[in-house]
Amino acid sequence: MSTNRRDFMKAAAFTAAGLGLLDAMPARAQGAPKRGGTLTFAISAETPHYDAHGSDTFATLHFGAPFYSTLLQFDLANYPKVKGDLATSWDVAPDLMKYTFKITPNAMFHDGSPLTSADIKATYERMRNPPTGVVSTRKATFEDIDTIETPDAHTVVFNMKAGNPAMLEHFASPWNWIYKASLLAAEPNGPKTKIMGSGAFVFGEHVKGSHVTGTRFDKYYKSGQPYLDGFRGVFMTQPAAMLNALQGGQVQAEFRGVSPAERDRLVQVMGDKIRIEESSWTLNLMVVFNTEKKPFNDPRVRRALHMAIDRRAGAAGLARTAVLRDAGGLIRPGSPFAMKDEDLAKMPGFGRDIKAARAEAKRLLKEAGVPNLTFTLHNRNLAQPYTPAGIFLVDQWRQIGVNVEHRQFETSPYLAGMSSGNFDVAIDFSNLFMDEPSLALAKYVSFNRAPENRSRAIDAELDRLYAAQSHERDFKKRFDLIRAFEKRAFDQAYQVPLLWWYRIVPTLKTVMGWQMSPSHNLGQDLAGVWLNT
Amino acid sequence: MLGYLANRLLLMIPTLAGVAVLIFFMLRVVPGDIVEVKLRGDGGQVTQETIEAERTRLGLNQPLHVQFVQWMVGLATLDLGNSMWTDRPVTEEIGVRLELTIQVAIMASIVAILVAIPLGTISALLRDTWVDYVVRIVTIAGLAVPSFWLGMLIILGLLYYANWLPPITYTPIYVDPVANISQLIWPALAVGYRYSAVVSRMVRSSIIEVMKEDYIRTARAKGVYEKLVVSRHAMRNAILPAITVIGLEFAFLIGGLVVTEQVFNLNGLGKLFVQAVSRNDFTLIQSIVMLIAVIFILSNLVVDVVYAWIDPRIRYGGR
Repeated sequence: MSTNRRDFMKAAAFTAAGLGLLDAMPARAQGAPKRGGTLTFAISAETPHYDAHGSDTFATLHFGAPFYSTLLQFDLANYPKVKGDLATSWDVAPDLMKYTFKITPNAMFHDGSPLTSADIKATYERMRNPPTGVVSTRKATFEDIDTIETPDAHTVVFNMKAGNPAMLEHFASPWNWIYKASLLAAEPNGPKTKIMGSGAFVFGEHVKGSHVTGTRFDKYYKSGQPYLDGFRGVFMTQPAAMLNALQGGQVQAEFRGVSPAERDRLVQVMGDKIRIEESSWTLNLMVVFNTEKKPFNDPRVRRALHMAIDRRAGAAGLARTAVLRDAGGLIRPGSPFAMKDEDLAKMPGFGRDIKAARAEAKRLLKEAGVPNLTFTLHNRNLAQPYTPAGIFLVDQWRQIGVNVEHRQFETSPYLAGMSSGNFDVAIDFSNLFMDEPSLALAKYVSFNRAPENRSRAIDAELDRLYAAQSHERDFKKRFDLIRAFEKRAFDQAYQVPLLWWYRIVPTLKTVMGWQMSPSHNLGQDLAGVWLNT
Repeated sequence: MLGYLANRLLLMIPTLAGVAVLIFFMLRVVPGDIVEVKLRGDGGQVTQETIEAERTRLGLNQPLHVQFVQWMVGLATLDLGNSMWTDRPVTEEIGVRLELTIQVAIMASIVAILVAIPLGTISALLRDTWVDYVVRIVTIAGLAVPSFWLGMLIILGLLYYANWLPPITYTPIYVDPVANISQLIWPALAVGYRYSAVVSRMVRSSIIEVMKEDYIRTARAKGVYEKLVVSRHAMRNAILPAITVIGLEFAFLIGGLVVTEQVFNLNGLGKLFVQAVSRNDFTLIQSIVMLIAVIFILSNLVVDVVYAWIDPRIRYGGR
């Protein structure tokens, strides 16, 4: 069976509907959008800088997406289809080797200067080939781009080195904010500290530790939008303070997600004033073993720790209190390329007989000479879902005689500790914005090719399988290659999935036009949001 | 008196120099690297060359004594440098938070003084009566209940009984006094309760002590009204230890309200301090520590001056 990119996306949409994902996004009685008002929403972390090209945290997107435009964006009403943002139309060569975009002539930056194809080119050049001193976490994503041409001010052409079936979706990535070419030329790292976008809102102020504000950009290129006069994003790192503010109407939404217990409290207290939307989430927690440290360089030790985790019981228990729900493989459960549950149960670490798995785990540890293993679990200090996940893991490993010290860090030291290899075992996360296998598996490619692989493992077989699946256009063949990749990943257990997340978003019923999706990275430009007050 | 003040202000210099030496070298001993945290804290791919370049830019590759001298020169010229994390001037980073924190500290001190002095006095004068017992229960509860927990109760109480919550972002008092006070009065009350309990206990025990003194007995023997005995003779002496406690508590509040700030979502100095420590932002940590040291020293100085003003027997600088 041969499948092209469009067939694949149709399959994805169909599967999403089958999963009940679309059911979980209730259609709202929208009516005609009203203009005016200021949306105040909570952001549960503060961005360390303003540059989305070098960021992997939602805190940057929720802070800055309203100030910027992208070439394409996901059409959340028809997720995972894409639609134009700056692009008014596009053409993809049949062999996927050339992408031509026509961009709107009406777009301009907030300083009044026109946005042209030169700005698009400069932006993508910065992401795929960052100048010295510029950090781009999107470099690998765009490594298939060969050259970028700008035949005129409103046309941009991407010539590819290799056909990538998911390239169009990558162009819709919410991280690809378009920066102004002349400012990048003058100061390549300028976007870290200065905001100059072409989005629906003009940057107002960022009071560190407190809030960010934006006001409507009257010359926004989408006619009639934005509807809001402005927005205020308030940094609220304590869930209790955020819930109180939501309950008291001081904030009208929290777009990342709350826990089931927090949802229940809001519903109980606020009744029909609060809207709850739920979805599976393109995010999973992973357990990462530092393969450069003994004894985690021994596959028996990694496999033992992997097998000792009862994910099925964990999913049932943690789903009551944490934003964790599904036990699954490397691809989001239920999405087109995901492993079926009966196949998953045959994989080490995902079986249904946890007693047998733990007996095997103990045997492996003894064989490896570390029956009384002790180590430190490196974790993030966010209540959801890192703390309960960490406590769960400590308990799981205790049951095979392993003693674990659980240490939690603020986000930046947490990430820096993992990136620099300063840990034994860590809880990492895979933050995706779509169900594209190349995106999901990229973290498992060898460390010398994918620095985001925190296990620091080098595995040529995984690299080979990754490359093969990423350029395979036949669905069945690609599906099989992904299964082979997963089997190898679970056997070696450099890093293994723990549980997939579940997204619960509360908004006051006065907030209209915002659309739920399986990713908290999407739909934050606020251009179509309005207040029904 | 002026000579005394000048002397005390001059003595601040070696004290602060000692603090500066301690904090500077202690920070360099603690493990952790701000450049790693800053550049790799996004999970991005950063080369070792980029990390070294950033270290050089921040001056972290220079010998310790050179870094120290540069910092001391900066301190002497009131140039605290830039935050290593945000690259913004330290004065800006601290300034936006200090205004809020100082206001909460002042308001909490006012609450404490207004509550503690009358309560402590009544409790002492009506010792071992039911009034005394009630005041003692209230003050012991104030010592036992953490401020942040009381803060949570206040928030929930406002939410459930008044269906209202204080503003969640700070507005300076000169911009909108109502918004400002309606946000900060609640943390001031939460902190002020514990603060007033400490001061109240001190006032009570001091007055009980003072009321046994010979000069009180003499005053009474001379037929002075009891009210005057208390207000003119007992209070002026009994209040002195309480003033010391008020001074110390005020200085403590400048950096010590981390959890209370989180409960009320306040953008205060305590939260900034914790963030700076977790990021190893040396310039910011050093500056906050120096600021707190200055506030401690100044509040002690103010306490000493108030001592002299209240107690005519105390004359600084005279022979």
